[in-house]
Amino acid sequence: MARKPASASPPASATLHPPVPQRHGAKVEEMLEFYRQMVLIRRFEERAGQLYGLGLIGGFCHLYIGQEAVVVGMQSAITPGKDSVITGYRDHGHMLALGIDPNVVMAELTGRAAGISRGKGGSMHMFSVEHGFFGGHGIVGAQVSLGTGLAFKHKYAGDGGVCLAYFGDGASNQGQVYECFNMAELWKLPIIYVIENNQYAMGASINRASAEDQLYRRGESFRIPGIQVDGMDVLAVRGAATAALEWVRGGKGPIILEMKTYRYRGHSMSDPAKYRSKEEVQSMKDNRDPIDHLKAELLDHGVTEDQLRVIDKDIRALVTKSAEFAEQSPEPDVSELYTDVLVGQY
Amino acid sequence: MTMVQALNSALDVMLARDPDILIFGEDVGYFGGVFRVTDGLQQKYGAPRCFDAPIAEGGIIATAIGMGAYGLRPVVEIQFADYILPAFDQLASEAARLRYRSNGEFWAPITVRAPYGGGIFGGQTHSQSPEALFAHVCGLKTVIPSNPFDAKGLLIAAIECDDPVIFLEPKRLYHGPFDGHPEQATRSWAGHPAAEVPEGYYNVPLGAAAIVRSGHDATVLAYGTMVHVALAGIAESGIDAELIDLRSLVPLDIDTIMASVQKTGRCVILHEASRFGGFGAELSALVQERCFYHLESPILRVTGWDTPYPHAFEWDYFPGPARLAAALRRVMED
Ligand SMILES: Cc1ncc(C[n+]2csc(CCOP(=O)(O)OP(=O)(O)O)c2C)c(N)n1
Ligand SMILES: [Mg+2]
Repeated sequence: MARKPASASPPASATLHPPVPQRHGAKVEEMLEFYRQMVLIRRFEERAGQLYGLGLIGGFCHLYIGQEAVVVGMQSAITPGKDSVITGYRDHGHMLALGIDPNVVMAELTGRAAGISRGKGGSMHMFSVEHGFFGGHGIVGAQVSLGTGLAFKHKYAGDGGVCLAYFGDGASNQGQVYECFNMAELWKLPIIYVIENNQYAMGASINRASAEDQLYRRGESFRIPGIQVDGMDVLAVRGAATAALEWVRGGKGPIILEMKTYRYRGHSMSDPAKYRSKEEVQSMKDNRDPIDHLKAELLDHGVTEDQLRVIDKDIRALVTKSAEFAEQSPEPDVSELYTDVLVGQY
Repeated sequence: MTMVQALNSALDVMLARDPDILIFGEDVGYFGGVFRVTDGLQQKYGAPRCFDAPIAEGGIIATAIGMGAYGLRPVVEIQFADYILPAFDQLASEAARLRYRSNGEFWAPITVRAPYGGGIFGGQTHSQSPEALFAHVCGLKTVIPSNPFDAKGLLIAAIECDDPVIFLEPKRLYHGPFDGHPEQATRSWAGHPAAEVPEGYYNVPLGAAAIVRSGHDATVLAYGTMVHVALAGIAESGIDAELIDLRSLVPLDIDTIMASVQKTGRCVILHEASRFGGFGAELSALVQERCFYHLESPILRVTGWDTPYPHAFEWDYFPGPARLAAALRRVMED
């Protein structure tokens, strides 16, 4: 049998897209809650930075400052426990936005027995079954594939849940990401791939590391739709989350949300910051700050400075308490060294 | 020179000598490497010869193997040895096997540099010592320096070598010797005899161990950071032990090890990696096979525990001088 002649023009892309997301029309109450969560993350991270400086936190510690709107906007749209969340090592904000107690997060950073991983995981490796938080992973890219497996479980169990798998612009170049994109679309898995594009992977700016730097398009050859989102605007993020969740919960398979965001601090605590200018960072802080942005909007909506000050004060108290808790908790007992290597005793 | 400077100097010397040598890896070009080992090399030799790669270890090592098979001599950096694993398939299935399966027509003269080991509070993904995984794969060489002089000479030898070499750099030694006493002030390499590093070309051959301390009563086998821990442990034990720095695990200088153990009749092996199936097991088996009739006591291993590297308990995990001293006393009891 003869081959069919090639058609004159290539077939149009078969990728289906959800409607363009609308910026979330939040009520004041809800906006205040977003504000509270973003301020909590910011103050928590600032304090973690201080404890690191004092030598109370050792090793690696990656702060989320600047990126707060992403996690707060996304996670306000899901049901903790029903939906699952997984991310990389820059994970403190993801936990706080899930409502995990700041005390046990801070105590994990200081490596104490009361820490959420009993001191054995540290800043990069934290988990909470109760909140559907599957970590905290130090190996760049691993969480994307693990998350794909989580999504498989949601589908298999028919529990209506969705996985949010967060990863960075740098992680988006790992090979395993694409193996899993293919599987996720092939099997129509309920997963939202949230790319936190803060424009740098350590010292490598996105355009020095990525041939396609429009990361929302990274799923195209797998027919996974993608949306680029202003990740410095919590209401834009929330709007995109709503659209993406509708798509995914509707059984249409995975979707990519590329969050354009920015980290203010170094990659980790030891970062000579030679790869970007002070002016660039300052201009982001001055013009694009997600908290300032929302604050201005709240004031426009008639919220008073005093109301916000009360929130700020409560948060400071909460964070101070978590730092005290983390400093005062005892170190884990050495007998813990050998627990949880395998089931039972190794 | 510090170990970082010595490694940088080795790369500098080799880039200047051979246009087929090139360097790539995550953040090694523009940024100069997270540990600054490649600092200044992109400025000096240009981006075509020292450049950044995306975060894609499998791809990085695989392309290096292809470059190597076609005549280049790439030196790649994997930022932490813990991140080599995505590329393990490429190393074990391709780099290590190319020569054999092509009947000697192709090979991969690549060098994979990676900082390894603990003592920096890196937790489980920034502290591991994976040397036994590589030593087990026939077709790879595995090299670990313990001081700046050796670091430069061994790295040059590794780059010149026509086999794939895994070059593990003890990151805790980058800026100074560390003897396993975290409570003491950190020391720098300044004034250390092995910090006298010539500017120009020299090499330290792969497969030659060094006797760091000669002694009569027991032999201690160590490499990397543990060489310094061993010196402290020997001093604390008061036992006249001979200390051998293996420098290269594959090829292994078994003759130097045998001569020492046959002289002393006792052997303690020290490594940071976990114990079960670790490189110490191989050393122990070799010593037993070859020196059985000279041994006066069982061979002992002092190692990391058989657990992931924990975030808390850094110094309970890290095999320090006290544990070595205790093992030395034990072998002397028999
Ligand atoms: C497999 C692997 N390779 C390299 C690293 C080292 N590393 C840690 S974070 C990082 C940069 C990641 O950047 P990105 O994905 O953009 O996330 P961001 O840090 O910006 O949040 C690198 C290279 C690692 N942890 N794991
Ligand atoms: Mg990034």
